[in-house]
Amino acid sequence: MAVSSSSFLSTPSLSNSKSKSTISFSSSISSFRHVVFRSSTTTPSHRRAMTVRSKIREIFMPALSSTMTEGKIVSWIKTEGEKLSKGESVVVVESDKADMDVETFYDGYLAAIVVGEGESAPVGAAIGLLAETEAEIEEAKSKAASKSSSSSAPADSAEAVVPSPPPATSSPAPAIAQPSPVTETVSDGLRKTVATPYAKKLAKQHKVDIGSVAGTGPFGRITASDVEAAAGIAPSVASPPPPPPAATTPTAKAKASTTNSPPPLPGASIVPFTAMQSAVSKNMIESLSVPTFRVGYPVNTDALDALYEKVKPKGVTMTALLAKAVGMALAQHPVVNASCKDGKSFSYNGSINVAVAVAIGGGLITPVLEDADKLDLYLLSQKWKELVGKARSKQLQPHEYNSGTFTLSNLGMFGVDRFDAILPPGQGAIMAVGASKPTVVADKDGFFSVKNKMMVNVTADHRIVYGADLAAFLQTFAKIVENPDSLTL
Amino acid sequence: MQSAFSLSFSHSSLTTPNRPLSPSNAAPRNLRFCGLRREAFGFSQSKQLTSCRLQINSRRIKVSAAAATNGAPSKSSFDYDLIIIGAGVGGHGAALHAVEKGLKTAIIEGDVVGGTCVNRGCVPSKALLAVSGRMRELQNEHHMKSFGLQVSAAGYDRQGVADHASNLATKIRNNLTNSMKALGVDILTGFGSVLGPQKVKYGKDNVITAKDIIIATGSVPFVPKGIEVDGKTVITSDHALKLESVPDWIAIVGSGYIGLEFSDVYTALGSEVTFIEALDQLMPGFDPEISKLAQRVLINPRKIDYHTGVFASKITPAKDGRPVMIELIDAKTKKPKDTLEVDTALIATGRAPFTNGLGLENINVATQRGFIPVDERMRVIDGNGKLVPNLYCIGDANGKLMLAHAASAQGISVVEQVTGRDHVLNHLSIPAACFTHPEISMVGLTEPQAREKAEKEGFKVSIAKTSFKANTKALAENEGEGIAKMIYRPDNGEILGVHIFGLHAADLIHEASNAIALGTRLQDIKLAVHAHPTLSEVVDELFKAAKVDSPVSTTAQSVKAVV
Repeated sequence: MAVSSSSFLSTPSLSNSKSKSTISFSSSISSFRHVVFRSSTTTPSHRRAMTVRSKIREIFMPALSSTMTEGKIVSWIKTEGEKLSKGESVVVVESDKADMDVETFYDGYLAAIVVGEGESAPVGAAIGLLAETEAEIEEAKSKAASKSSSSSAPADSAEAVVPSPPPATSSPAPAIAQPSPVTETVSDGLRKTVATPYAKKLAKQHKVDIGSVAGTGPFGRITASDVEAAAGIAPSVASPPPPPPAATTPTAKAKASTTNSPPPLPGASIVPFTAMQSAVSKNMIESLSVPTFRVGYPVNTDALDALYEKVKPKGVTMTALLAKAVGMALAQHPVVNASCKDGKSFSYNGSINVAVAVAIGGGLITPVLEDADKLDLYLLSQKWKELVGKARSKQLQPHEYNSGTFTLSNLGMFGVDRFDAILPPGQGAIMAVGASKPTVVADKDGFFSVKNKMMVNVTADHRIVYGADLAAFLQTFAKIVENPDSLTL
Repeated sequence: MQSAFSLSFSHSSLTTPNRPLSPSNAAPRNLRFCGLRREAFGFSQSKQLTSCRLQINSRRIKVSAAAATNGAPSKSSFDYDLIIIGAGVGGHGAALHAVEKGLKTAIIEGDVVGGTCVNRGCVPSKALLAVSGRMRELQNEHHMKSFGLQVSAAGYDRQGVADHASNLATKIRNNLTNSMKALGVDILTGFGSVLGPQKVKYGKDNVITAKDIIIATGSVPFVPKGIEVDGKTVITSDHALKLESVPDWIAIVGSGYIGLEFSDVYTALGSEVTFIEALDQLMPGFDPEISKLAQRVLINPRKIDYHTGVFASKITPAKDGRPVMIELIDAKTKKPKDTLEVDTALIATGRAPFTNGLGLENINVATQRGFIPVDERMRVIDGNGKLVPNLYCIGDANGKLMLAHAASAQGISVVEQVTGRDHVLNHLSIPAACFTHPEISMVGLTEPQAREKAEKEGFKVSIAKTSFKANTKALAENEGEGIAKMIYRPDNGEILGVHIFGLHAADLIHEASNAIALGTRLQDIKLAVHAHPTLSEVVDELFKAAKVDSPVSTTAQSVKAVV
């Protein structure tokens, strides 16, 4: 904008952004008529100049609805040079909702049309210029010329983002690139960006640069959820996600079988699932398609309990301790942190994100402690508190509950001694932690003693995690818990 | 009748551009790229899927119960009075009417009775659209809430949906077959072809003769060059109607009726859609105002994007772990523009006549881009521009108006002629509908067409408009989205065109199409009463909003006088 050739012209464009407040009346949308003029200067320091320039006013793209980000000029009712009087319709603008006449709030002449018929401009952009006197038409025209030349440049580049993303777009890929065998997708990333129609729509709506989003969909394409993750928003509730075609058949079958069950007993009430409960239900049904197995392991927690007593005053929770221990064990056994997405390959995850199951009013959610292996115990504890708070107030962002690579579920506080958990789709393993209880044990010399023991039970996807892998992981985990000093390092 | 006649005649250039007399109208590029073949009535082409009037069917059965039997062969030496080649909706309509008129009739079918409409077109697509409409409603939480309804997340079973479509097709096919059998129409199985004047061969070597012959062989999906259809990832409407898969992302080539309806189905079932349209705007052929509003409702808020002004020059099916690849070139410069990668591509670029192997060379008839040239009475025109006696062609094969109900109407018109009553069908009175949610329907001229005609013939055109928001029943249904628009002559009250976009638009159009067919004038019909509250009041509003200069005609007689 500021590239205009004369300093005379550059000032008004600078003041544009500031002068927006002068047109607050454009929000009086009730009558389908909009007044969209702003004076080109208001900056007091240019008071002298203003007396000259205020006679050339900009006509700008009005916001005709709350969701409108850009508008298209359907037609100019007036032509350049034509005289306008206050209240007359000047231009017809098409928004995402309707066509509306835009009227002038000032008398004058339509000096120049900056955005032609059929062209689009973002809300707030100048689409034409109004001169107060005939004499100023020429001046306004030259201004328009500079405006259109300077404004066309950013418009072009903005447009260019979609069809041909700059090569730089592939550079974020390594950030999420997997450590090992997924070279295929990385090389695919070098090709042009492919985004689905809805992803593009969302990106525009949330002003996300689609070129900077990493695609996780089939063939590396950018899907709506990728954009939502990039924008940091929860999946829209207004239009619940359509059932994923792949999972539909089993889901529907499952539903059919439930509807076939005998009619409810008299007095029974039927309460439809909430969105969260539906999501849980869907995930649970989906989990049936994964071949899982379970391995249990007793862990001596005397040392951990002692550590917990020590760090508790500093705000460390048992969850953080366990998550940290899990994170450190996973770091040594990447396969347990991997997942099987397509039934044909391992997807090794670049970071260790431990999801922890939390029961919240009528549902279940799994806030994620990202980089559990790297963050120190105190940061983890802090983070955990924050997440739990958000979970209770239902303010978790999607990446805070669906980026887990391993899940931890602890029912120990209820006195449960052991249980097994269902593997959530998209992850390789889940750990179910029971209560730590005093247990009589005999050591190798035959001496009895009482130690605190807890049972951990891991459910894993046998397509990628084998028995020996899991056993080795549990052994590492037990060692860490039994010698927990490393947890505080 | 008089008015109908004059209308159709004056518009022959619009309705029958296929005639050799007006080569300027031949627009093959439309056929290829956007599912249109006609400049003026282009939209009609892709309408195949959308509308067929099977009520004809049941109505006729009743009639036939009385009329009962196939006519005895006339004194002549022919095997039959009438042979119809092709048992689609057009052939079926002609056959029933022929029996009613006492003709001994045979119908030849090389595939299955019912043709495109029943088996691969309007009928199964309506089944899918019925599902998509309900899905849409159940998924629209806001809509449900505004009713005070609570529904848990809607889901579907793909096979169940597909079965609904194929079951419906089977049921309608049986109805069609039974209605003809009940009347004693001989259904001859085998591929039919014309051997010579009044002589037809079917199957291997069965030769039969008839006084008159109607060709009603219909059409097949048109697939432009460079597109490889594998039936799995690159498909036509034939495959799509089986709903063997619901892809995550489907590109639909062509944004006419077929494409629009499928976009409605697929988006409701969870797919994302990319339209590829050769013309500069989506939904060409619709009244511009309607298509603009329709785009706001049917395209913009849905998970749909589009490329306009481009051809899909090459489409390769998914294989070797690669998705479907679509190469786009600029429609004007022919320069490569973009490449798309999608899961499935649906080719909805219109339909091509199915006229190969019909033995047309035996009677010196040359097809034009596959279409059989006919005059306004559906009489076939030969290579020398002369009428071929006793030979008629109806429906998609003549390409006048590619709609099932148009074919049926043309068939009935032909039967009227061969039984001694001259009849010319007014194509401008044939309604058309697109069964999206909400539906689009139309009859007669679009506003630009009407203005052009008005300018040429020197009369004035007025427009009446009303919104569904003003209709009580629509509001009760929480479906206030939509408009109805009528184009008429203020001087004599003639209706030139009606376009409706809104709830049940397809059912609402007939009041207008009947008025056009019968020549009813606005000053008369505006006094008719509509039940309250009904959607039909939308059309009533239009009639009442019209400002006509001429006085109410007291009798039907005076209506004719005005004409």
